[in-house]
Amino acid sequence: MSGDHHHEPSFIRKYVFSVDHKVIGVQYGITALSFLFLGFCLMMLMRWQLAYPGEKMPYIGNIFGEAAMPGGVMLPEFYNSLGAMHGTIMIFLGVVPLLVGAFGNYVMPLQIGAPDMAFPKLNMMSYWVYFVGGVVMITSFFVPGGAANSGWTSYPPLSDIATAGQTWWLFGMVCLITSSLLGSVNFIVTIIQLRVEGLTMFRLPFFVWAQLITSFLLLLAFPPLEAAGVLQLMDRLAGTSFFLPEGLVVSGVLQTQISGGGSPLLWQHLFWFLAHPEVYVLILPALGIVAEVIANNTRKPLWGYRAMIYSTIFLGFMSFIVWAHHMFMTGMGTKISAFFATTTMIISIPSVVILTALVISLYQGAIRFTVPMLFALAFLPMFAIGGLTGLPLGLPAADIHLHDTYYVIGHFHYVVAPGTIFAIFAGIYFWYPKVTGRMLNSTLGYIHFFFSFIFINIVFMPMFWQGMAGVSRRLYNQTVYAHGDAVQSLTVMSSWGAWMLGLAQIPFIINFFISRFAGKKVSNNPWHATTLEWLAPSPPPHGNFETVPVVYRGPYEYSVPGASEDFNPQHVTTEACSSVS
Amino acid sequence: MSAEVLPYTIKPHPVTGLYNGKFGVWLFLASEVMLFGALFSTYIFLRIGAPETGPAAWPSGEETHLSWKIGGLNTLILILSSVTMVLAWVQFKMDNFGKGRLYLAITAILAIAFVAIKFKFEYAHKFHMDIVPSTSVFFAIYYTMTGLHALHIIGGVVVICYFIGPGAKLWDQNREYYTNRIECTGLYWHFVDLVWIFLFPILYLL
Repeated sequence: MSGDHHHEPSFIRKYVFSVDHKVIGVQYGITALSFLFLGFCLMMLMRWQLAYPGEKMPYIGNIFGEAAMPGGVMLPEFYNSLGAMHGTIMIFLGVVPLLVGAFGNYVMPLQIGAPDMAFPKLNMMSYWVYFVGGVVMITSFFVPGGAANSGWTSYPPLSDIATAGQTWWLFGMVCLITSSLLGSVNFIVTIIQLRVEGLTMFRLPFFVWAQLITSFLLLLAFPPLEAAGVLQLMDRLAGTSFFLPEGLVVSGVLQTQISGGGSPLLWQHLFWFLAHPEVYVLILPALGIVAEVIANNTRKPLWGYRAMIYSTIFLGFMSFIVWAHHMFMTGMGTKISAFFATTTMIISIPSVVILTALVISLYQGAIRFTVPMLFALAFLPMFAIGGLTGLPLGLPAADIHLHDTYYVIGHFHYVVAPGTIFAIFAGIYFWYPKVTGRMLNSTLGYIHFFFSFIFINIVFMPMFWQGMAGVSRRLYNQTVYAHGDAVQSLTVMSSWGAWMLGLAQIPFIINFFISRFAGKKVSNNPWHATTLEWLAPSPPPHGNFETVPVVYRGPYEYSVPGASEDFNPQHVTTEACSSVS
Repeated sequence: MSAEVLPYTIKPHPVTGLYNGKFGVWLFLASEVMLFGALFSTYIFLRIGAPETGPAAWPSGEETHLSWKIGGLNTLILILSSVTMVLAWVQFKMDNFGKGRLYLAITAILAIAFVAIKFKFEYAHKFHMDIVPSTSVFFAIYYTMTGLHALHIIGGVVVICYFIGPGAKLWDQNREYYTNRIECTGLYWHFVDLVWIFLFPILYLL
């Protein structure tokens, strides 16, 4: 590596405007974890209003000011802002940047043996554009009328006539979309072009495959939302009527200043054309992390490695033709509904194939119950609950009853929270020693896992019953309705679960910061893993590998009969693996 | 990481046949196809949904006040600029730096002519007639699509001017690298040209 002749870069170039994929990965990780925490805090505030509607919030009720919470009681507008921004922040600023920006950026180039991403400057730009998008989103809380309050889906006509926060939201989204676009181009080129010698496509770790398909989804699904964002900006700033029909009545007043002729459905189509592939952006890298952790901790090859890859490719393709199952209730017609219900049932097949392969991988494994493995194991049933509860929503007849209720909230949170976020935790515990050279404390890790696992189910499980009781997901106070009041006790339970879940993260936060300095120092390959990232020093230097590795085998050769160890790393020759030491 | 250490920055990958930059540009163009594809879909959606009569009906050719002559002239200008773009690349390939730079300059001038005609004879004319984006959904989509296209043209001009001016330093350091970058710029430029080839008929002729 030519890094030897370079003079040491300045602090700013090394840690702030760095072009090194590892520094950028850590930047993404820290920023996105902060946003994840912020989004979680917004939700904990909402849970107070839901559990104890109209009551003064204890301790912190007065800090939000008279415009948002007069006398410590939350206003409906502020509640709506919290809801919209919770969704936006969690998805676009928290989970996706963690899965792709942080894990993808840090781990993927190491796993393919590359010295860096194909376009390091683009990589840096992608982080900073994301950062600006995040700042815009946060700033929007302080503009008159507060942050966007039309839901994370921003459905018009409401969003077209909403307060200024919505414009900020749109500008923020344009930044975030641009950032993922730059990132996805970089990822695809890196994975295809920069693999080291011997690392064929079917020798890639499953995580890399997941990142590749995810990048294609980001690349092709995000631009339509960008287009939709531009159209909504035109509606809001130039007075056009892309999403406004003729004869629109707002608060009893006929809107005569608009030309009309547009359709709110247009937004829904463009939005869900992004947002359904986005669901797979949220889940595929998580499956990738879980696959890595499971193979390593069962000391077995992944069962059905190729079937998993083919399923992922098929899933990526199908995710582009299921979007209108979010729109069964819009009256778009039975024939269209039937088509999208069919494709939705088809897309569940590859998801089940991947999950089944992961479960079968456990069979007869010598399972090590490490902290990352516990999170990965918990992921399997949680994701299964999330996935299976989605099937009734994909059928138009059942969806009539369940649409826009808490059932939907329960369903997708099971996929994203105990699903994806548990996979993220698994990934953090798994790769922390690679990033820092030190282990996270496992006692604190076990505490973090068990309490998180219990409380996250207390948060989301009651929502299925609330939803089946007919409680709408957008209600500020469900007790004003008899059917809502009847299940209020479930809401209270869910809220307490959420606050306890917040407390359960304290061991993790402590662990995360303390272990950076006081964690147990470990070797380059503490988990005895096979993939290339464990060959690099911990933490890897600029340029990653001391010598360019050559790959001789597939990614998961664990417990090979006749081998001297129970793992054969990808970069070790067959003779060296079988020699009895 | 400096460019020399990363593999396939300049030389093509033996399997894909592409150097990194060219691969990246192709992917970027794929996303651009989706961006403009969404807008073309919007156009179709709005036009199919428009009522037969009444104020929200789709305007006829005369009602749009769009002149196919001006649009056609601009089409011709853009096609010509695509040709000069290729010629520039060919000249750089044949090691004729001066001629290549000349063709780049002609491309930039043609592009500026396109934008000037667009703003002077079309947008300004319509604003003068009080036709603005909020007039009707037709003009909303017209201004949005042509505006976004014009932004792409302006972006292209900036890149081309960069390679005529400060970016030309790279020629002295690494001729192949510089020529590759011109090739990538050209790919983008042909794409922007191609978008116009679709915009012209749906807005001016149909």
